[in-house]
Amino acid sequence: MIGRPSVPRSGWHPATVVANTPETTTAARLELDVEGWPGNAAGQHLDVRLTAPDGYTATRSYSIASAGPATGDTTRVVLAVDRVPDGEVSPFLVDVARAGDRFEVHGPLGAFFVWQPAAAAVSGGAEVTGGADVAGGPTGGADVAARPVAEATRPVQLIAGGSGVVPFVAMAQAHADADDATPFRLLYSVRTPADVFFAPEFERLVAASAPFRLDLVYTREAPAGWPTAPARITREALAEAVLPASETPLVYVCGSTGFVERVASWLIELGHDARAIRTERFGGT
Amino acid sequence: MQHLDGNALAGALAEFFSFDVTTAIARCNGCGAVDEFARAIVFTSPAGTVVRCNSCDHVLATLVESGDRAWLGFSGVSAIEVRRG
Ligand SMILES: Cc1cc2nc3c(=O)[nH]c(=O)nc-3n(C[C@H](O)[C@H](O)[C@H](O)COP(=O)(O)OP(=O)(O)OC[C@H]3O[C@@H](n4cnc5c(N)ncnc54)[C@H](O)[C@@H]3O)c2cc1C
Ligand SMILES: [Zn+2]
Repeated sequence: MIGRPSVPRSGWHPATVVANTPETTTAARLELDVEGWPGNAAGQHLDVRLTAPDGYTATRSYSIASAGPATGDTTRVVLAVDRVPDGEVSPFLVDVARAGDRFEVHGPLGAFFVWQPAAAAVSGGAEVTGGADVAGGPTGGADVAARPVAEATRPVQLIAGGSGVVPFVAMAQAHADADDATPFRLLYSVRTPADVFFAPEFERLVAASAPFRLDLVYTREAPAGWPTAPARITREALAEAVLPASETPLVYVCGSTGFVERVASWLIELGHDARAIRTERFGGT
Repeated sequence: MQHLDGNALAGALAEFFSFDVTTAIARCNGCGAVDEFARAIVFTSPAGTVVRCNSCDHVLATLVESGDRAWLGFSGVSAIEVRRG
């Protein structure tokens, strides 16, 4: 049922900031050079560990915005970090970190919130099947090999709130790079037009030949001439902007904990199979 | 107390296991639900991390970290299935 891609083994790596540029009014894009980075699958995250001179450490998770085959042929890793006003780590990464600064990263992490193009999924090694009978011994059997292929061709609905879009830019990039024919749709909720992460990248992805559609929802301020007034997303708006349950899409939901829980419960009410919904809660409310 | 998904624990659990445990399948002692660890609900606080079943809220696991030591308890899980490879 649930095919899992094989992903590179995680480990701790020294990272050097190559560039820190404003991404939105509250967020920064951090380009890192990570020594020994083994590559990553689209959707994985890493843990950043900051160490103070007295040895005190703080660790936080950040999704990886850069995609690319998990071959380890690049040491460049892109993150996008939103400032949590009285946070401990994010204000440092957004406002203080400068080119040349060094810290440690642990990754790539997590094989759950990952999407791979069909070609990669077919040749992928390790697979885990969901809903297995744990007590009953080995699962799978003859049909295991076919599952990832079936999964890789299912249409994909991505749903992001704010910085929750970070893993999706990697997935959409992997989809475009492979010129994958799987229908891809992203519903992206932002406060204002200035809060859109990766705007030029998404413009290119929409124009690329792999089928990718972007639906933006503005919650506080919409661009001039936008057909709908700014408002928090509702169940009805969600129903209109996502692939229907009848198309059995894989659905990925990412953002603050409150956003993810609201959206996931509506998806279930709209008839989506809970097993086809993957969530990544970023924390906060 | 803020809460996250089990997949947020991938880094912390990599200190205990040599493979990605978040896609392993665990069976809850409380209700018998069989699910990927990544789908559990994770409550974090300065005192430690509690992992709960997303079907019945039963505590599946606890993680306490202090300086250079970490303790992982799996008291609420009766079986774990992993894929080798
Ligand atoms: C798997 C995963 C991937 C993540 N990816 C990203 C990413 O790509 N970009 C990104 O910006 N963040 C991401 N996050 C969130 C990130 O890990 C931190 O939680 C966030 O940067 C706040 O850390 P802090 O140290 O600044 O705040 P803290 O000092 O930890 O918290 C300060 C206050 O803010 C609240 N808070 C904590 N986290 C959040 C949050 N996410 N939103 C709102 N309030 C919060 C806390 O409850 C607390 O009251 C991700 C989280 C997870 C679990
Ligand atoms: Zn349970």
